[in-house]
Amino acid sequence: MVAAVPIGIAVGAYGLSYGVLAVTAGLSPLLATVSSIIVLAGGSQFAFVGVLAAGGSPWAGALGGLLLNVRYLAFGYAIAPYLPRAHAARRALDGYLVVDESVALGLAGPREDTARRFRIAAWAVVVAWIGATALGAYGGQLIGQPERFGLDAAFPAGFLALLAPWLRHRAGRIAAAVGAGLALALTPFVPPGVPIIAAGIGAIVALPFSRPTNADSLRATLPEVAEVMDDE
Amino acid sequence: MIIAALLVLAAGTYLLKAAGPLLSAGRQLPERARTIADLLPAALLAALVASQTLGDGTALALDARALGVAAAGIAVVFRAPFAVVVLVGAVITAAARALGVA
Repeated sequence: MVAAVPIGIAVGAYGLSYGVLAVTAGLSPLLATVSSIIVLAGGSQFAFVGVLAAGGSPWAGALGGLLLNVRYLAFGYAIAPYLPRAHAARRALDGYLVVDESVALGLAGPREDTARRFRIAAWAVVVAWIGATALGAYGGQLIGQPERFGLDAAFPAGFLALLAPWLRHRAGRIAAAVGAGLALALTPFVPPGVPIIAAGIGAIVALPFSRPTNADSLRATLPEVAEVMDDE
Repeated sequence: MIIAALLVLAAGTYLLKAAGPLLSAGRQLPERARTIADLLPAALLAALVASQTLGDGTALALDARALGVAAAGIAVVFRAPFAVVVLVGAVITAAARALGVA
């Protein structure tokens, strides 16, 4: 299917950056690659190694990553009714395949074809994300001191790119402003990484300003999918 | 400890993703839960941007990273691809350091 190609390219570039930055944060190339296989959720993996790179504890990184991934609970519930009533092993595999691109592409288009689009997009992500991580990680070993190349600023730049879709509506902007403010206010008083977790309160503060929808997080990764959704 | 934390992240992420396909049986999550799930990344990603641009351990610092991230922000406004945004942030920060600007 044609949509798999742009997804693969976009995810590949993203995975390459993750591989490079994961090794500069202290993961071995093997561990970086394994992380992409077992987690398969880019934003949370970036958050995990970002917290490590900033001197935070791995547990703070893992908890922050999990909070970022709470949205996959909603994504999994959103796609589930469209997946055929297969046996448990098949559904367990479909659970692994719940990522932004697969759910977005699956839900964009005719209902009878949803499961097929979901799986094609998911496998494009699996191949591109894991392959590109390995490439970036084993290549990234060659880069010496990360600060000389400004790689410490590459993390917040990447998080800003991931954040952008939420800044287009009011509730997202409020959640972001409260989260950022809380994180900075707490920085002098708690260990690195902990302010990120506390920032989750921003989502609750922004709740009354929200018009509920999953569309914004679905649009987060993939402009092509947003266009398909707009055409519907 | 890094490996243990990574395994927790992997296992927890899998449970979040697979709960729908395995357990939902046609039911949906309550609206409020969906909305909070949707807004959590905004709060956390903004916190990551702020603390990694201006935080230095447990201190706050305004240095070359702020220039790099501001440049990355301009790239985001022009809808540059992810890898380009990351590259702009890194290169501008490195340049500012090399020039001794900050």
